[in-house]
Amino acid sequence: MNNGIRIMLKLTNRVALAFLLSALLGGQALAELTIRITQGVGKQTPVAIVPFGFQGTTPDEVLDIASVIAADLARSGRFAPIPVADMLQKPTTGTEIDFDDWSILGVEAVVVGRLEQTGANAYSLQFQLFDVFRRQQLVGYRMPASRGTMRKAAHRAADMIYEKLTGIPGVFGTQVAYVTAKGSGNSRLYSLVISDADGENEQTIMESPDPIMSPAWSPDSRQLAYVSFEDNVSSVFVQTLRTGNRIKVSSRPGINGAPAFSPDGRQLVLTLGGADGNLDIHVLDLTSRELTRLTTNRAIDTEGSWSPDGKEIFFTSDRSGGPQIYRVSADGRGTPERVTFEGSYNARPRLSPDGSKLAMVHLDRGNYRIAVMDMKRKDLLVLSAGSQDESPSFAPNSDTLIYATRQGGNGVLETVSADGLVRQQLAGGQIDVREPVWSPFPRF
Amino acid sequence: MKFHLILGAALLVVAGCSSPTLPDPDPTSGGIDDTDDGSSTAGMGRDGLEGGEEFGDDRMGAGELGTIIYFDFDQSELRPEYTDLVAQHANQLANNSRLRVRLEGHADERGSREYNIGLGERRAQAVRRMLLIQGASASQIATVSFGEERPAAFGSDEESYSLNRRVEIKVGN
Repeated sequence: MNNGIRIMLKLTNRVALAFLLSALLGGQALAELTIRITQGVGKQTPVAIVPFGFQGTTPDEVLDIASVIAADLARSGRFAPIPVADMLQKPTTGTEIDFDDWSILGVEAVVVGRLEQTGANAYSLQFQLFDVFRRQQLVGYRMPASRGTMRKAAHRAADMIYEKLTGIPGVFGTQVAYVTAKGSGNSRLYSLVISDADGENEQTIMESPDPIMSPAWSPDSRQLAYVSFEDNVSSVFVQTLRTGNRIKVSSRPGINGAPAFSPDGRQLVLTLGGADGNLDIHVLDLTSRELTRLTTNRAIDTEGSWSPDGKEIFFTSDRSGGPQIYRVSADGRGTPERVTFEGSYNARPRLSPDGSKLAMVHLDRGNYRIAVMDMKRKDLLVLSAGSQDESPSFAPNSDTLIYATRQGGNGVLETVSADGLVRQQLAGGQIDVREPVWSPFPRF
Repeated sequence: MKFHLILGAALLVVAGCSSPTLPDPDPTSGGIDDTDDGSSTAGMGRDGLEGGEEFGDDRMGAGELGTIIYFDFDQSELRPEYTDLVAQHANQLANNSRLRVRLEGHADERGSREYNIGLGERRAQAVRRMLLIQGASASQIATVSFGEERPAAFGSDEESYSLNRRVEIKVGN
C-alpha cells in the first residue's frame, strides 16, 4: 500500500538547518529555484536598503536581513535597490540618516534597521522606512525573531515596506506549493514540495513513484489537498503539513481529481468520473462527508474553483465542443452558465481573491498561455509568452500570478503581474517543476 | 491548424510501419500465432475431437497481444487498425472470467493537466465500451487516466505527442 510513498513533516530543525546553510552560502546554492527577472516595468523606483546593524554575541549566525529585503523588492520588478557600495553612509537608525546623501543618489526611499540579540536564540528585529523627499518616517516596526524565523521576519518587513510604498499588500512572506518529477521509467519520482515565495526553504512533504497532481491550499495554509495515483488509482488526500497526517477523502471508482478548498475550508470541490468515466463537478463536505453533484453533462466537467464568496463554482467543460469556462451555483441548484467566449480553448479557471479577475489557460494562436479576464469589462489579457503555459494561481494580494511554463524540456515556474508588465522566472534545475499554487496570506 | 496537426499524425502512423522508433501499430504482428499456441487448435476438423472450445491466454500480461492503442490529436475514437486487437482482448476476457484488465488512458502534454485527465479517461472508456460490446463483463475492466502525467516519450514534438496519446491495456488475474 505504501510502496515507495514517503510522507514528510514540516520539520522546524530542517528549516533552521536550511537557514544556517543558506546564510553561509549567501542564500543561493541551496535553492533549486532561483529567481531571474525576465521582463520588468519601464521605471523601477530607486530605493536603498542599508545593511542592518547588529548588537550581540553571535554575528556569524545572523542572516543578512537587508539583502533579503532588497532581493524581495527587486523581485517585485517595481523597485531597484541601489548597490551597497554606492551608499555614502550606512545608518542603522533614523536619527543617523543624512537625507542629502540619499537624494543626491536619486534614492526615493531608505530602509534602515538593526538586529539586537536578546538571548541565546532570541533577537529583536527593528526597521524604519523613510521617504527621502519628504524626510518623513513611513513605517517603524520591531518584531521578535529566532534564527529559525529570521528569514520569515525579513520577508514580513519587506511586505510592510512594499505595502507602504505601493498600496498593495506584499506577498514575500507567503509560500508556494508545487510538484516536481525526476528520473524516468522505474526510477521516476514525484514530489510535492512547499517553499517560500522566493524559492528558499524548500521542503518535500510527500514523494511517490506514482504521479502526484493538483495541490490546493486550505484557506488557513495548514493543509494541502492533492491527487495521488498510488496503487494505480487516483485518490484525493488532505495532508496536514505540521504533522504529516493525511486523510484519503475521496477514492471512488474512476477519476478522483481536481480538489479545491471552499473559502471557509469546510468543503472541497472535486471532479469524479465514476465507472463510466463521465467527469462531473461535485462538492464534498469534509465534516459530514456528504457529496453534492453540481453537473450531470456527458462532457468533461472538471477543474472546479470557488468564487471568493463561496457561492459559485467556476469550472472547465467541453460541452460546447472545445473546453470553455462555466459557472454554477455551489449549492447544486441552478444551471451552468458559460463565461468564456473568446478563443477555442479556455481551461483551469482561477478567480483572483478580490474577485475582479479570472485567470485561465488560453489557446492563443497555437500557444497555450495564461490569460486573465476582467470580470466587469469581460476583456481578455494574455499575460505569458510561452507555448505550453499552464496552472495559473493568484497570489493572495490578487496582484501577481504564478504558473508553469516549459524551458529546455523541463517545467519551470514563472510569476507575472496581473497587468502583464512584470514577468520573472523561478528557474528550476534539472528537474521538472509544475503545478505551482500560491498560499493564502500567513496568519499572525 | 487542427487539420494540419491531424494530417501530421496520420503521416507519422504511415511512417511508423517502416520506422523503428515507433511501436508497430499493426495488430496482426502482435496477435495470437496459431502455429505455436496450443490453445488455438480446438474445433478444427471432424476427427472425433468436435466440441472443443477456444480459451484465452491466462498468463500475466498475456504477452502475445499488442497492448498499446494510439489516438489522433484531440480524438478518443478508435482508429480502424485497432479493431482486431481490441476484439482479441475482448475475446480473451469473454473466455476467461478470471481475467482482468486495467485500461490506462493517457494524453499528450498540451493544455491543462486536469482536463487532460479527462481526455485520457475518454480514450480508456472508448476501449472499455468496445470490450463490453464484444463480450467482456464490466467487472473485468478497470479504467484509470494518467492524463499527461506518465508520458511514454518526453519530447515536446509531434512524434512524442503521438506516442503519448494512448491507452495501455494491462492484463492480469
